[in-house]
Amino acid sequence: MARTIIPFGPQHQVFPEPIHLKLVLEDEIVKEVVPALGYVHRGLEMLADVRDFHQMIQICERVCGICSTIHAQCYCQGIEELMGIEIPDRARFLRVIWAEIHRVQSHLLWLGLFADAFGFESLFMQCWKIREKIMDINEATGGNRVNPSINIIGGVKRDMNPDMAQWVLTQLDLVEKEVNHLEKVLLNDYTVKKRTVGKGVLTREKAMELGAVGPTLRGSGVEQDIRQIGYAAYGELAHRPVVGIDGDAYSRNRVRFLETLQAIALVREAVSKLPAGDISVKVKGKPEGEVVTRVEQPRGELMYYIKGNGGKNLDRLRIRTPTFANIPPLLSMLPGIELADVPVIVLSIDPCISCTER
Amino acid sequence: MKEVISTTKGTVVSKTVDMKKDGYRFVTMSCVELDADTVDILYHFDRDLHLKHLRLTIQKKEAVPSVSLVYFAAFLVENEIQDQFGIRFDGLVLDYERTLYLEKEAPDAPYCRISVSRDVKSGED
Amino acid sequence: MDILKKLTRKSRIKSPWLLHFDCGSCNGCDIEVLACLTPVYDIERFGIINVGNPKHADLLLVTGTVNHRNKKVLVNLAEQMPEPKIVVALGSCGLSGGVFREAYNVIGGVDKIIPVDVYVPGCPPKPEAIIDGVVTGLEKFSKKKDG
Ligand code: SF4
Repeated sequence: MARTIIPFGPQHQVFPEPIHLKLVLEDEIVKEVVPALGYVHRGLEMLADVRDFHQMIQICERVCGICSTIHAQCYCQGIEELMGIEIPDRARFLRVIWAEIHRVQSHLLWLGLFADAFGFESLFMQCWKIREKIMDINEATGGNRVNPSINIIGGVKRDMNPDMAQWVLTQLDLVEKEVNHLEKVLLNDYTVKKRTVGKGVLTREKAMELGAVGPTLRGSGVEQDIRQIGYAAYGELAHRPVVGIDGDAYSRNRVRFLETLQAIALVREAVSKLPAGDISVKVKGKPEGEVVTRVEQPRGELMYYIKGNGGKNLDRLRIRTPTFANIPPLLSMLPGIELADVPVIVLSIDPCISCTER
Repeated sequence: MKEVISTTKGTVVSKTVDMKKDGYRFVTMSCVELDADTVDILYHFDRDLHLKHLRLTIQKKEAVPSVSLVYFAAFLVENEIQDQFGIRFDGLVLDYERTLYLEKEAPDAPYCRISVSRDVKSGED
Repeated sequence: MDILKKLTRKSRIKSPWLLHFDCGSCNGCDIEVLACLTPVYDIERFGIINVGNPKHADLLLVTGTVNHRNKKVLVNLAEQMPEPKIVVALGSCGLSGGVFREAYNVIGGVDKIIPVDVYVPGCPPKPEAIIDGVVTGLEKFSKKKDG
């Protein structure tokens, strides 16, 4: 059979971002994949040289607009560990609330894009319609739809008064109702199943070996979630990772769907347990030493390596984002599937290219 | 960072193999510039939410043995380090020849602030 | 022939097709562009449809900073679009490089590479601002001569 090389991307309608894959095909079957990156590479880790460690929060938020709060949270957590800062209890819970709201937003966004990948446009529109409520929450509580920017070193910047918290909960009730409504379509619809069941299988062993993270890992049956470490206030909340079994696109889809509901439940619990008190502590001194800190992003484990030298600029900031870890598993999923399924499989890892390349 | 094990160029691959045998997941590698000639390469591993690190201190001009044959997932980050620091990895399974992120017009080895590496980008000159 | 030309032109103004290209943005702007297309903001009421093919497009929405690799793609896309065309740069990044302006792989705003007609500031711009930018672009579009 003749081998053909098909360039996939960088500008492709299914992806909001430029991702480029060189697909080597035999007939319609993918044989080999070579990713080409660099279309979104900015080099923002180097900005630590020109911005001081407080200003870097804004940069970290802009590693990725979809999970900005969680990036900032991870960064602040790292710096706090370096400087030995204990943040107030209220701040820990508020961080969880915003992070989980963000997770709902990100998962709904992904569910929509995933539906779009197999041409289910009305489902895409529906998911994004629901998501707008979360954007409203972000805007009302944080002041910006995409980057609520609430994390600072030593706590959080904004408080949530009881009225606001109540309003957030009522909004989330509405969201939950509508998300529950989607279940019938997302998990049981014939078309959706036809396009996702058994596609892009990643076995448990492969997932571990290739270093998959997040829903991609849990979809293959591994019960691992960084939230289990209990950073921020997760240790005091009831949380159990959602796992799938089959490791195919459907099972990853299911994991994310259930996580959306779980995130809403977590917000509810966190609001009910929200302790009174200050929301931040004063920060004195400069970070020194090295630290590795991790949080769970909607897409999986996010790792920051921070090295400070006692000055106001950091020596080195290294960001390992979940999609970066999920690319090798993706490369192992693609061979053997049909060209028409490529977008579905690629989206099933929830790629975030601006994260990957930074 | 609590558990850091130092390695040398000769033992890094065998130590990584040990990690894999013990069931560790490869998280990533970080490269940190120490001074004009040396860099630290940190290998991060995770098992059941517990982190372990290997530290390898090398000269910038030296080539580092690649661990991408042990953990395939390492190929991306090794290519990234090649781009950003101009350090060479020997035996990469998929070598982008230092063009993973950067085009020729972009600065060479931008992460080396103290001295620019002598290693010329392949394809040039 | 003239009538046909006039008709095409008129319909292009009344129902412009949009091509969105992400040049190294942080995604914040992209999701806002997509949010514009979805039910709450719904720019389809202005006859605007998102297309993937530059040859069908009248409007190019560019988000994010330009770097050394994607500038070629950007030029390529812009060249493939039929004249007259409108380029809208979105977000602080698209305007000047935004927070990333000092990063080593960032050239700067979109206008360093291709001519830009409308600038929409914000980080990210709100969907209302994006819609406003697109509508302003359409006014310019109707005044542009055929290429
Ligand atoms: S303008 Fe802001 S939101 Fe838009 S791409 Fe740049 S950093 Fe992201």
